[in-house]
Amino acid sequence: MKANIYRHEFRTRSRSVIIWSLALVAITLVFFSIFPTFVDEAALFDEMLANLPPELLAAFGMTGVNMSTVLGFYSFIFLFAQICLAIQASYYGFGLVSIEESELTADFLISKPVSRTEILTSKLLAALTCLAITNLALWLSTFIAIAFFGGSRPYETRALVLLLISGIIFQLFFLSVGLVVSLLVRRIRSVTPYALGLGFGMYVLSAFSGVGGVSILELITPFKHFDPNTILQQGGYDTPLVLLNVSVSLVSLVVSYWLYMRRDIPAVV
Amino acid sequence: MSVIEVSNLTKYYGKARGIVDVSFEVEDGEIFGFIGPNGAGKSTTIRLLLSLIYPSSGSARVFGKDVLANGPEIRQKIGYLPSEVFYYEGMKVINLLKYSASFYDCDCDARIHELAEYMELDLNRRIDELSYGNKKKVGIVQGLIHSPDLLFLDEPTSGLDPLMQRKVFDLIREENTRGVTVFFSSHILGEVQRMCSRVGIIREGSIVEISDIQTLQQNNYKKVHVVADDLAPDSFNVEGVTNLQVENGTQRFFFKGDINEVLQKISQFQVTDVSIEEPTLEEIFMHYYE
Repeated sequence: MKANIYRHEFRTRSRSVIIWSLALVAITLVFFSIFPTFVDEAALFDEMLANLPPELLAAFGMTGVNMSTVLGFYSFIFLFAQICLAIQASYYGFGLVSIEESELTADFLISKPVSRTEILTSKLLAALTCLAITNLALWLSTFIAIAFFGGSRPYETRALVLLLISGIIFQLFFLSVGLVVSLLVRRIRSVTPYALGLGFGMYVLSAFSGVGGVSILELITPFKHFDPNTILQQGGYDTPLVLLNVSVSLVSLVVSYWLYMRRDIPAVV
Repeated sequence: MSVIEVSNLTKYYGKARGIVDVSFEVEDGEIFGFIGPNGAGKSTTIRLLLSLIYPSSGSARVFGKDVLANGPEIRQKIGYLPSEVFYYEGMKVINLLKYSASFYDCDCDARIHELAEYMELDLNRRIDELSYGNKKKVGIVQGLIHSPDLLFLDEPTSGLDPLMQRKVFDLIREENTRGVTVFFSSHILGEVQRMCSRVGIIREGSIVEISDIQTLQQNNYKKVHVVADDLAPDSFNVEGVTNLQVENGTQRFFFKGDINEVLQKISQFQVTDVSIEEPTLEEIFMHYYE
């Protein structure tokens, strides 16, 4: 780890961290602010839900959700938060070394007296710090929202904390998979389409797996590995799926180091 | 002592040729010129020595240490100016230079200001506001702030105006008299001729010649120009004659070998004009390319 690279990488992303954090805070607070009015009409809403086709409910992860409880309502919000977290982490993952290469600043960095391992470790830690800060913002806004708009309704804190903890593990998947893909393709010209593709693509897969009942998709997408509904209702993780998720992240990281150590840095042609 | 030892270094990018079987040595304290046309493999060689890319086969040592095994340690004492300079666009020049300095064991603040003043570089501008020439200046300062022992300059003067070019040359000479070894890559012969003691010529990925600039000019080739009436196209079919150009009554060629053989041939004709001179480096260079 090189402190100077870490600082530089962190500064580069500081504005992006602030924007993502504010977006998550806004989603949480604004959505949750309608909770009190919502509870009053809950019976009406549940009736409406019962009339919707089950496939549609599954696509939005709302099967069996009781929207009149704090956590039932929150699980619906958390899905949107997850989409943001996924895109942010994918963006950092795909861009971690590829932006440096497409903007041709990699020559500057790698000709310095540092090893490739030190470079990648510093970059990863900086990105993880940024993700952690974003998660922190989500935690804070969640508890504030519940305190303000949840009234005195009871909820199970342990389940909620487990759900919130899943955020960073969930992001690690997108960070490391994005990184390994960026090292496997020869050159990434623009990070945005890749990041949106991975982040949003995984959500679509998860929605489809709800609709079609295809269980193979469940294995692929982190949106299923950390399905908010399941975590809140069961009060725990689906262990095999979480282990699968973490394994994919770790393997991606190891492969990334291996590839980056051997990588030829592209030059201007 | 050799600062750079390259032996049988080969690099292929997939199937595309980078360099093939390149070997040479650069001695401590010299300015070594590395010349060749665009795409000959000059940058590839430098990038291999800096471990920006890895060789397909062969090896290279810098300061007596293998570049693959001791990369970070070696690079502590290397300054590098890439041919195309790209820096973090949002940063101010001063911050970029400080970031660069933070990689080395040095207290470089004074040096940054000294060099920036010499190069007439405004430290408070943002990188993305700078013209190409000014970015190049940042590159030069950035390569020198940590007082390296070995300097890689990849076409250092492209994009600089003639006045600034001269300043850069003076700066490089000054560093050289301090004992800094310079690896000077360029396709402009004039500047290599002015700066370097020895040159390596690279063409299509292979070294075609390594020698002293003076040897290259004096001992190797003579440029012969003969005007005589009854010249036949094969009048000078002596071994060592190349680049023969025949116009009515005039012949020009390069000759490498015992000049007496040519003189004997010439004496057989009724000559109206003759000159035998040193070719310019430019002409030697073109000769190697053709």
